Amino acid sequence: MALKIVKGSIDRMFDKNLQDLVRGIRNHKEDEAKYISTCIDEIKQELKQDNIAVKANAVCKLTYLQMLGYDVSWAAFNIVEVMSSSKFTYKRIGYLAASQCFHESTDVIMLTTNQIRKDLSSPNQYDTGVALTGLSCFVTPDLARDLANDIMTLMSHTKPYIRKKAVLIMYKVFLKYPESLRPAFPRLKEKLEDPDPGVQSAAVNVICELARRNPKNYLSLAPLFFKLMTSSTNNWVLIKIIKLFGALTPLEPRLGKKLIEPLTNLIHSTSAMSLLYECVNTVIAVLISLSSGMPNHSASIQLCVQKLRILIEDSDQNLKYLGLLAMSKILKTHPKSVQSHKDLILQCLDDKDESIRLRALDLLYGMVSKKNLMEIVKKLMLHVDKAEGTTYRDELLTKIIDICSQSNYQYITNFEWYISILVELTRLEGTRHGHLIASQMLDVAIRVKAIRVFAVAQMATLLDNAHMLTGNTQRNGICEVLYAAAWICGEFSEHLENPMETLEAMLRPKVATLPGHIQAVYVQNAAKLFATVLKSQEGNTDSTTAQEASQLMIDRLPLFVQSANLEVQERASCILQLVKYIQKLQQKDVEVSEEVCALFAGELNPVAPKAQKKVPIPDGLDLDAWINEPPSESESEDEQPKAIFSKEEPKHSRPRHTEVDEKELARRREARKQEQANNPFYIKASPSSQKVYQETPGVEHIPVVQIDLSVPLKVPGLPMSDQYVKLEEERRQKERAEKKKKDKKKRKEKRSGRGKKHDSGPESEEDITPAHMVDIVTEEMPENALPSDDDERDPADPHKALDIDLDNLESAGKRPLADSEKLPVRSHRAAEVLKSPAEDEEGENVSSLEPKKKSSKEKREKKKDKDKDRKKSKEEKKKKKHKHEEKEEADLLCGQADEPAFQSEETNEVVTPPTSTSADVSDLDFWLSNAPVPSNTQEAATVAAAEAAPAPGAISVTTPDSEPEEPKDTEMEETKSSKHKKKKQKREKEDKEKKKKKKHHHHHHHHGDKGGEESVQNGTVEEEEPLPPMSNYCLLAENSYIKVAYDIQGNLQDGSQVVVSVIFENKCDSFLKSMEFNVLDSLNSKLQRPEGSGPHDSLTIPFQLPPGVSNEARFVFTVQSIIMPQKLKGTLTFIVKNEESSTHEKLDFKLHFTCTSYLITTPCYSDAFAKLLESGDLKSSSIRLEGVNMPFHHLLARICFHHHFSVVERIDSCASMYSRSIQGHHVCLLVKISSQTVSVDAKCDEPTLLGNVLDEIKQTFSQC
Amino acid sequence: MIKAILIFNNHGKPRLSKFYEHFNEDIEQQIIRETFHLVSKRDENVCNFLEGGMLIGGSDYKLIYRHYATLYFVFCVDSSESELGILDLIQVFVETLDKCFENVCELDLIFHVDKVHHILAEMVMGGMVLETNMNEIITQVDLQNKMEKSEFFPFFSLFTDVYLSVYQAGQVDTGRYCRSTCSCRISCKEHEPPGNAQKHQHRRHKHKSAKFTFLQVATARS
Repeated sequence: MALKIVKGSIDRMFDKNLQDLVRGIRNHKEDEAKYISTCIDEIKQELKQDNIAVKANAVCKLTYLQMLGYDVSWAAFNIVEVMSSSKFTYKRIGYLAASQCFHESTDVIMLTTNQIRKDLSSPNQYDTGVALTGLSCFVTPDLARDLANDIMTLMSHTKPYIRKKAVLIMYKVFLKYPESLRPAFPRLKEKLEDPDPGVQSAAVNVICELARRNPKNYLSLAPLFFKLMTSSTNNWVLIKIIKLFGALTPLEPRLGKKLIEPLTNLIHSTSAMSLLYECVNTVIAVLISLSSGMPNHSASIQLCVQKLRILIEDSDQNLKYLGLLAMSKILKTHPKSVQSHKDLILQCLDDKDESIRLRALDLLYGMVSKKNLMEIVKKLMLHVDKAEGTTYRDELLTKIIDICSQSNYQYITNFEWYISILVELTRLEGTRHGHLIASQMLDVAIRVKAIRVFAVAQMATLLDNAHMLTGNTQRNGICEVLYAAAWICGEFSEHLENPMETLEAMLRPKVATLPGHIQAVYVQNAAKLFATVLKSQEGNTDSTTAQEASQLMIDRLPLFVQSANLEVQERASCILQLVKYIQKLQQKDVEVSEEVCALFAGELNPVAPKAQKKVPIPDGLDLDAWINEPPSESESEDEQPKAIFSKEEPKHSRPRHTEVDEKELARRREARKQEQANNPFYIKASPSSQKVYQETPGVEHIPVVQIDLSVPLKVPGLPMSDQYVKLEEERRQKERAEKKKKDKKKRKEKRSGRGKKHDSGPESEEDITPAHMVDIVTEEMPENALPSDDDERDPADPHKALDIDLDNLESAGKRPLADSEKLPVRSHRAAEVLKSPAEDEEGENVSSLEPKKKSSKEKREKKKDKDKDRKKSKEEKKKKKHKHEEKEEADLLCGQADEPAFQSEETNEVVTPPTSTSADVSDLDFWLSNAPVPSNTQEAATVAAAEAAPAPGAISVTTPDSEPEEPKDTEMEETKSSKHKKKKQKREKEDKEKKKKKKHHHHHHHHGDKGGEESVQNGTVEEEEPLPPMSNYCLLAENSYIKVAYDIQGNLQDGSQVVVSVIFENKCDSFLKSMEFNVLDSLNSKLQRPEGSGPHDSLTIPFQLPPGVSNEARFVFTVQSIIMPQKLKGTLTFIVKNEESSTHEKLDFKLHFTCTSYLITTPCYSDAFAKLLESGDLKSSSIRLEGVNMPFHHLLARICFHHHFSVVERIDSCASMYSRSIQGHHVCLLVKISSQTVSVDAKCDEPTLLGNVLDEIKQTFSQC
Repeated sequence: MIKAILIFNNHGKPRLSKFYEHFNEDIEQQIIRETFHLVSKRDENVCNFLEGGMLIGGSDYKLIYRHYATLYFVFCVDSSESELGILDLIQVFVETLDKCFENVCELDLIFHVDKVHHILAEMVMGGMVLETNMNEIITQVDLQNKMEKSEFFPFFSLFTDVYLSVYQAGQVDTGRYCRSTCSCRISCKEHEPPGNAQKHQHRRHKHKSAKFTFLQVATARS
């Protein structure tokens, strides 16, 4: 073995390495190709050797040759061999080569799946990294499907280096395998708050890229991104986020309002130009999206424009360019603010940098007015003369035309001027935009009647000088202008001064060198001119001119009759015969001019581009009907050639059918792919055949046979070409009449806003280009043959498939992941094979909303068991049980069956019972509105209503400045059968429900009613042991008549208020009435009394208590400092009334305001929690509790319950908890338990408060 | 997204091409040629952005380039990338190359295109920006090179011949990356045929003296 290695190495001594190859190529400059071909032969030899080092060297050289343009796909298999080397060095070479030359149709890619999987799970992070990098370049749908799960696992890798690569590559995976987006999204979202900035940036990158294509699905992430934007300091991340917001604001104007302020701040504060620029850009996007005026609107625009001006004035050309670019965006909506910088922009027109001049040109569009149009155009014309490159000159040309023709020639006051500008433009050499000039000429000549005399004269000159245009620019478009010139001269020939001359010019032999369609127009219009000449000579006794004209036609037309172009030939021969006939008549002195003129009689009126759409479908024509029966469902059908298909059923391309077809085809394709993937002998089809296949389903690709109805209707006695004109005219007339009715109003409005248009006919108001007769014919097809314009997106766009609704994923709301959406995991291959066909179908249909059947659910759970091996089986069991319960509820509650999200365990998101989709929406709405919490003032007399709906809206509401929260996760909901009558004070529903629950305990009702919803509170309910009943109500005072208990809750809406709920229970047999409640206020805490009452007055309790009945009253206290507990002395007075007597009684009490009572249960994301801890402005403190003899989850539940904490994350015997005080102090706990000793490490921004809270916790546990 | 990264010299000779979307080799060459054509006719002191006239992408795509001495670095990006950001990225790329190759010049790129690819792979992955922190990039590149070296170290102690041959194959030439081991590079040169080595050295020297290092030019510009 060793000998072999040595031998191989010795051989290699004589091999070339990459450097030698490069050097060799450099030394063989004159016969490079030959040298390289010998090198390739050597490489082929090297690849045949067994030594992997030799192979790697060869592959390395091939990579270089690939860059030089040599096809190296023949070595694909060797590349795979090198990739699978165990040495990193070679592996890296292999992957590099693969990333350079593998692509989707490389056959050997399917051999790599297992190798890549192996590398991905390699213990060496660089093996993994190299595999990820390589994969990112050549991932195919198959690879994406097979490896999605592995990559997903890597997203949680311990090394940030791997994490960030895995996160980034997910985007490629999504593109190739869109089904993976939903399952992977929660984790991706989690990575947005990864502790490593690189990973975070990668996640932002991916989500921004996704959101750019389908922004609406990512609107719900706006709060999260907003938080990132305000917290991140990484400019790369900020830029991406700000760009993303730019894409989101058009969908949600309220978001824009929220953004303006932080963006403005950034604009003021940042020193990074790139960031500044993006901020300005997004502010512009925001301003565009906000149509209605905001008070500080103009200030923002001013700020933007001002900043942009600074950029434009900068000496750095890059900034200048970007400034102009952004300026053009403002221009669309706020032209006024840009116009004030006209000087600057005109100045940029003279810049030496072409890119900058082009940008400045864009801006000019908005700068013109009636006054300065001519001046600006003059300046541009100067540039046209100076411009050296054709690109820039063409750009100038289109801009001039754009500027002049904008909004219906609004700014043109003198059309003669415009015509001459157009004529001047025809002198441009080598422009591509001849047709543009031509269509302008036609448009103006047709729509502006008064200009026709001038236009015709100009066009006649143009025709006369046609050789100037055609001479050297044979191949390009300027001769298109002649098309317009000939048509105008023909159509409006009555305005010609000297028609004979023009006729002569049009029939010059040189014309035959023009493109066919122009010649055709020449011939046709020569006939028109001829008619005009005849008419002008009518009544003239001397008929020589007329005869000369006929003779000229007869002499010259044969040239065109021989034309290779059918259209020209046909027209010419018709006209030639006609003229010959006329000549005969002329010789007999018959007056023919009238008849000849009748050929071209009638005025051409413009037709609106969209007129066709308004043509009603004739009665009895069902476009959806099959002409032939639909093809049979045979398996071979999709192999059928397309041509046959479309020939037989030219009209069946209605969307309804194609949809079915597409689905069906997709299903089969998938099935076939599956089959191919499992067949190791299958070699994939060549790309070309695949392409044909993919095109089949698209509606657009089915050729539609064009039926020109005007052709078959023959008018006897007229030549063919004239028929066209005649019919055309008739049809247009008809259409016009029809359209007149519809468009009357519209036209009237338009008319008012125009300058010289009073002289144009009513039809000319339409914005049309009638010159394009050919186009109009296609438009006038009675069948809506053209694809409708709502089909804006390219059907081949890979991003279309990623338009997947993700919102409900996050909130675990409407549609959690279905079984079929789970990423394929290798170990489950066998199970997949056993899948029923029905399920298979579901697997392919991402958007399947069908309720899942029991069987699939069980299967799923089996799968899940395997997946989540890190979970304790005990917990799992419980969870499953729980899910079953939930599922039933779901079925009951929402008619649509839902399933709990699987991601819950992984993402630390807690499963909630399904709620209406509005929950999520309202969440975002809430964040966006930033309104104060809607207080629930109404008296909820019966609680049933509140219970029935889990009240997502109310619960998701928290303090306005809080970050986005998971709605209602922490909510404890419970049905109850309480029949107490209660007086409600202003209060949150959340509190209310908690209270109610607590109250139950107090009254020793059953805990956890069977029928009611039981949701998870912070994951604690998962445990098997039921929690002991708990109550926060402590005894306030008691005597023989009455028992008083109380609980204190912070008021969410007001940082200085707490609500004390007091339960009064009548213990005696007498009636208790006239109860009055009073406390002795302290400096810090005061009882809120109704207005007008003194500071020492007592409050009357608004109810009486019959024997054995209890009721609750609430009192609001205002507090100033909440960091210390305190006690208030108070008195309750009441009258005990029985049948014989009534006595006045009094009861003293001490109201204890603990620090705990100032805390409010606030849910917190684990990532936000981590951020908080990292932030470093929290003081820490800790306590130990000895001899705690209760299960850990009970302990947590107690802390949650009694001290208003919520569990952020729990791992085994360790949990992090969070709460917030009414004044916004954060309190974080880390609770650990080990053999009866509980250690609580706590952090808070207020050490005194923390100390007191900890003391109280200690006390809670010392009591039990 | 970045669609392609091209490096070519003042004569349009490709020094590195990285396409993040597949084109066949002919089209790739055509893109390089066209891009060179567009970029090369621009003055030194015009802006670094260029639009239109591309085989790659459509109106959404822009060319963002920088010209360093003899080389053009061209990134073809779509509208989701920040123009100025990409310019910065190019600068980071070149500075990274400069650190890894010690005063990088065109010859480094000519002879070690694979290494340039490896460095690039740490910055941009599949068309998306992976890392912009130069120190982080260099750390990762260095660690990988050390790993490469360690894979061959046992050979060195056992069979010197084998090591040398491997060495010659350019596998251990990575000393140039790790800035501490300059001797590697010199020894590498010794294996070259004398004439060639001299030429190489000479040219390199000439380039350097003619301010051929990109960065010097860059700093001079800014």
